[in-house]
Parts: sequence; C-alpha cells; structure tokens
Amino acid sequence: MTRTILIDPVTRIEGHAKISIHLDASGAVISAHFHVGEFRGFEAFCVGRPFSEMASITARICGICPVSHLLAAAKTGDQLLVVTIPPAAERLRRLMNLAQIIQSHALSFFHLSSPDFLLGWDSDPAQRNVFGLIAADPELARGGIRLRQFGQAVIERLGGRKIHPAWAVPGGVRSPLQPADRDWIRSRLSEAVATTRGALDLFKRLLDGPLVTEAAVFGDFPSLFMGLVGPDGRWEHYGGRLRLIDSTGALVTAELPTDGLSAVQLGGLLAEAVDPSTYLKFPYYKPLGPEAGSYRVGPLARLNVCERIGHEQADRELLELRQRGGRVVTSSFLYHLARLIEILAALEAIEALLDDPALCDTHVRAHAGVNAREAVGVSEAPRGTLFHHYRVDSDGLIEAVNLIIATGQNNRAMNRTITQIARQYIQAGPAVAGVPEIAEGLLNRVEAGIRCFDPCLSCSTHAAGQMPLHVQLIGPEGELLRERWRE
Amino acid sequence: MSVRTLRIDGRDVASADDATVLEAARDAGVVIPTLCHLEGLSPVAACRLCLVEIEGSAKLQPACITPVSEGMVVHTATPRLQEIRRTVIELLFTEGNHVCAVCVANGHCELQDRAVEVGMDHARLPYRFPDRPVDLSHPRFGLDHNRCILCSRCVRVCDEVEGAHVWDVAWRGEHCRIIAGLDQPWGAVDACTDCGKCVMVCPTGALFHKGDSEGEKHEDPSRLAALLRARHARQEAP
Ligand code: SF4
Ligand code: SF4
Ligand code: FES
Repeated sequence: MTRTILIDPVTRIEGHAKISIHLDASGAVISAHFHVGEFRGFEAFCVGRPFSEMASITARICGICPVSHLLAAAKTGDQLLVVTIPPAAERLRRLMNLAQIIQSHALSFFHLSSPDFLLGWDSDPAQRNVFGLIAADPELARGGIRLRQFGQAVIERLGGRKIHPAWAVPGGVRSPLQPADRDWIRSRLSEAVATTRGALDLFKRLLDGPLVTEAAVFGDFPSLFMGLVGPDGRWEHYGGRLRLIDSTGALVTAELPTDGLSAVQLGGLLAEAVDPSTYLKFPYYKPLGPEAGSYRVGPLARLNVCERIGHEQADRELLELRQRGGRVVTSSFLYHLARLIEILAALEAIEALLDDPALCDTHVRAHAGVNAREAVGVSEAPRGTLFHHYRVDSDGLIEAVNLIIATGQNNRAMNRTITQIARQYIQAGPAVAGVPEIAEGLLNRVEAGIRCFDPCLSCSTHAAGQMPLHVQLIGPEGELLRERWRE
Repeated sequence: MSVRTLRIDGRDVASADDATVLEAARDAGVVIPTLCHLEGLSPVAACRLCLVEIEGSAKLQPACITPVSEGMVVHTATPRLQEIRRTVIELLFTEGNHVCAVCVANGHCELQDRAVEVGMDHARLPYRFPDRPVDLSHPRFGLDHNRCILCSRCVRVCDEVEGAHVWDVAWRGEHCRIIAGLDQPWGAVDACTDCGKCVMVCPTGALFHKGDSEGEKHEDPSRLAALLRARHARQEAP
C-alpha cells in the first residue's frame, strides 16, 4: 500500500510541473518524482521547414536558453553543409556561449538560489527572494545583477539583440565583432571577476558552516557524469570530445569527438526512456540500461569530467572543490559551487579570447549547400550537454528532429535528489492523525533540490524567484488527505 | 495629356488624365496603403488594401486601378475603410502561417509593416493553420507557401520584366497558390534565369535566398522602379 504526496506548481502560461512523493503505509518515503507536464511538440513543428530556420525555431520554443539552442542548431547546420567554419566564427560562438554561461549561472545563483542560503530555509517566503536579498546584502545582490547584465550585454553586442539573437548560422555567424565592443567587454571583466570571487568566498564559508547538512542530503549519490572535454582533457563548453565517467573518475566508454559525431554513434551511446507521467524523456547510457546508465550533466558534470580548467584562478577553485568533494564530486548541492567556478572560468576564458588577434576578423561565414542528409550537433548549455539531431531531404527540408536537453538528462538525478530530501524532511516533520504535515520548510527544500539542477522550465525561473506550488497528500486508497497551495 | 481636378480627403488635387487615384493621391502626399501594387509592374488589384470611397459610387474602389475623373471626390481614410483595411490584413495573417518570429523577412516585411500601420494588435478571426509546403528545389532561392499572400508580384515581374514567365497563379479559393512552370518544383523549371527579381519584389518572406536565417532578407522592392527607369533611359539614349 502506498500513499502519494503531490507537489504541483500552478500552471502559469508557459509551463507546468509537479512533484509526487510516494509513501508506503508506514509513512516512509519510497520515491519522489518530478513530472513535467509541459508539452510543446516542437519536434513535429519543425518537419518540412528549411534546416536554416532551426536556430530561430528552437531558440524561441525553448525560451529559457535560446543561445544554447542557437549554437547547437548552427553546429548541426555546419555538419549538414559539411563545412569548417572560419576561425573567427568559432571564437565568436565560443564568446557568446561563455557569456550565456555567465548570465545563466548568475541568474541561478544570485537571483534564484542565494536567497535560500543567505536568508534561511525557514525565513518568510515573501522575503526570500531577490528583493529580500537586496535588503539583506545589497552589495552581493547588486553585484549579482550586474554580473548577469554583463553576460547579457556581451550577447547583445554580438547578436544585436538581447533575446533570441539569430546570429549563429550554419557556416558561422552573421556579423563580426567590432573592436570597440571587444574593448568594452575587456573594460568590464575585472568587476565581474571581483563579484564572482566575493560570491565564491561567501558560499564556501556557508558550506563549511550552516549548509553542511544540505551538502550531504541534497542529492549525494554515485552516478555517471557526462560532458565535453578539450585538448588534454581540459574544461570545454563548445566542441572537443564527449566524455562519460563514473563516480570513481574512470572512463565508462571511449571518448567521442563532437566534430562529425554521427547519428549511429549517438544512437550507440544514448537511449531515451519515455515515462507516461512526464513529457521529459530520460536519456541514459545505453549499454548499462536506464538505472545504472543514468548520468548527470551540467556545471558539476563538466568540472568532474575535466582534468583541469586551463585558467589559473578557476583551476585553484577546482582543486579546492575536489579537496571538498573528492575527485568526482557526487553531491548535487555542489552544483551551486560548480556554477560559481564556471563563471570564473568563463570570465578567464573570455579574457584569453579577447587577446586573440583572430577574434575581430571579418570573415565569419562559410557558404555551402546541403552536403549531408543527417547530422548531430553538440554543445554545452549552461544546464548541460545539448544535442540537436536533424535528418533533412536533399533540398534541406527537415524530415526528423530530436533534441536531447539537459533537464531530461538530469531528470533521474533530480528524482533521486528530491527523494533524499523528502526522506530527511518529511519523516522528521510533524504529523497529524498519522498524515505528515506539508511544512513550508519541506516545500522550500524540495524546490531547492530541484534548483540545484537549474532545470529549464519556465516555472523554475518564476519572477520573484519562488516556484508556485500545489501540494497534495493522497492516502493509500487514492483519497486526498491534505492539500497545500503556495502561489 | 490633359489635366483632371479632383478632391482627395478634402484636398484639391490636379493630376494627369491617365493617372490612377493611387497615383494622384501619392502625388498629393496622401498615403493609401498597398500590398500587391508595385511601381513598375502592371496593376492587378489583388489585395484590396487600397480600397477607397468615391462619392456617387456605392461600391468601394481599389485606388491602384481606378482612373481619376474630373470632379471626383475621394475619401481614403474613413472609419469604415480603416476597419476594412484592418480586416484585410487580419485575413491575410490568419489565412496562411505567418510566424514572424522565425521568418527570414522579420523586420523587413511589407505585410508586417501594413499590420502595424492598420493597428492590428491581434487577429479577431480564427487562424486556419493550413498545411503548406516549402520548395527548396532551386539552387539559390526558396519559396515558402506558408508566407505567400498571392499578391502575384513575382508572377508579374518574371513575365513583364525578366520575360521568363516562370510563375503562375493556379487553383482557386483556399487551394489557390503560386506555381512554377507547369506546377513543377522551381528547380526543375528551365525557364528560370536565376535572376532573383521575384525574390526582390516579394513583399513577405515567401520568396527568399536559400540559407537565409531569421530577419536576414533585406530586399527593397522599390529598386525595381529605379532599375526600370535606368533601363528606359538607356534605351532612349541616342
Ligand atoms: S529568379 Fe528570375 S527568372 Fe527565375 S523565377 Fe524569379 S524572376 Fe523568374
Ligand atoms: S511569392 Fe511573394 S511575390 Fe509571389 S505571390 Fe506570394 S507573396 Fe506575392
Ligand atoms: S494595392 Fe490595390 S488592390 Fe492591392
């Protein structure tokens, strides 16, 4: 006999997700599941369209990380044209991806997650948001806001528009970088580095003190990790090779080069499980099956798979991270720390790119017709490895599309994380007539558990930084025992 | 050539006797929105956006093909006309699949410009979402039927200016569409000279350069008139 607790975020216009926690008759948590009810059917929508439109279609359909889809679509397009893009174009795409990593991680850390760490899990929910943060720690809050703006401004200067810059195209990019914009970016770097350093120092202090429990309870379990690595196993976000390791750090399979990665290779590596209760697909490492083959992607995975970052300050932080969590860090709570380290890495990588004389070269686009009928494009979105896979007809009209997104790949890990959290905080909490209370602190922690992965659902970036939740407690016979809404 | 005098929106206007109401209005600085009309091509009055009221006539008349006459009194911007124009634009939007956000012509589209001008902030009519194909068989250009408003500019420019007559309008009603050759893939029509004039004059993103991404089509259809004037001047030269 089992009972189910449902935590169901109220649907705003764009998205819908809920959490169900399954209890046995004794009230012990069996498992917890994160369901995504959001369905956009964009794979079908793309059929019959020119592949050159995929960048803007996917960037708009998945509005939370348009730049990542833009880059993955452009890279898939490169492979359909079978061209090597001009060197400046690759550097500029890298620059845009780094800016996207900075702005996305800054949003996740400063706006969405840090209010929990700094204001306390059980603090007034009306205050536990970015506004409360501004009141409590104005310097940190302002720094975080400016850091995000910096990332957005770089994207804007490259793509000409903050939202949905259809600027990366098959064959390269649409416009070169102006030297004046390069100089502007350079002038803003030191402030961004200082903000990031400050946040890192603060967060590490919290990890050693008030957040010790969270680091242990928020999804600490062994799993596989996947991410891109560059030459000599260096941290990578745009190309290089795809690496899959286990939690001892051993390679699970031979690395695959992303350049020219074939659909057959991808099909041999990953399979996708479908669960009727959610629209997210669950990709897993095929040879090991859905359980043992489940893996994590994203900032922590990228830091786990790499040997080193290749930039001085970020490498020092990586070393400290490994001293804290082991060579392969398995606590999902440390995704937050990984995010800050990646911001630092991205800032240092931008600095290095700005010194590259080829960056402002004006030859940025290669032109060609359709020379391949099927292609896979891979890049690292802030949230994790992103795959676009297209099949086209001889004219370049899309016949089939499959996208493998970070939130899908992390879905199983999110379930394990909220299961762990529910075990810790439901049983410990009060009960009335044998039915556990749905305390505010539980909601917050479950929400925070999901946020470790920064899932790309519109509800996860809800305006004030708090997910609207609907909680249902359902008894063994399916009867509603308790219900709680949080708008 | 003699002169005709008429009144347009309360203004006294003098124009050539072979002018249309549209030409007379434009000369007088009165803006009448148009879509199918393009200077340099024969007028067809396909879109009905330029409808005007003429006193003494119960029917609305398309300004682009109505000749001026002596003493004519024309109204171009009555509330009734404004309502009709907005409806015409809404019909065009709801009849096809105009997804501006991913369109090659986004930001440089005459249909989009007209929608802004007539104040269309949303469609009051239901969208039809027709299932229409894209033809990418031409080596350099593409045709997306989803974005075609059947203005027939492409048909006319290819026939009247390039002399290749690749395009025609086929079928009727909701099945009406532009065809290349004898309803062949564009790339299979030998008559096409790859000149690109149809792409240049197309008011929307229906005809485009292959490989263009969102907002990348920056054509200027009014170049056609300049081109024809230059050609004419050369032919006239001794
Ligand atoms: S490219 Fe020129 S010849 Fe070919 S269809 Fe268009 S206007 Fe006609
Ligand atoms: S393809 Fe363009 S120019 Fe031709 S009829 Fe359609 S909208 Fe008009
Ligand atoms: S412009 Fe006159 S009917 Fe189209």
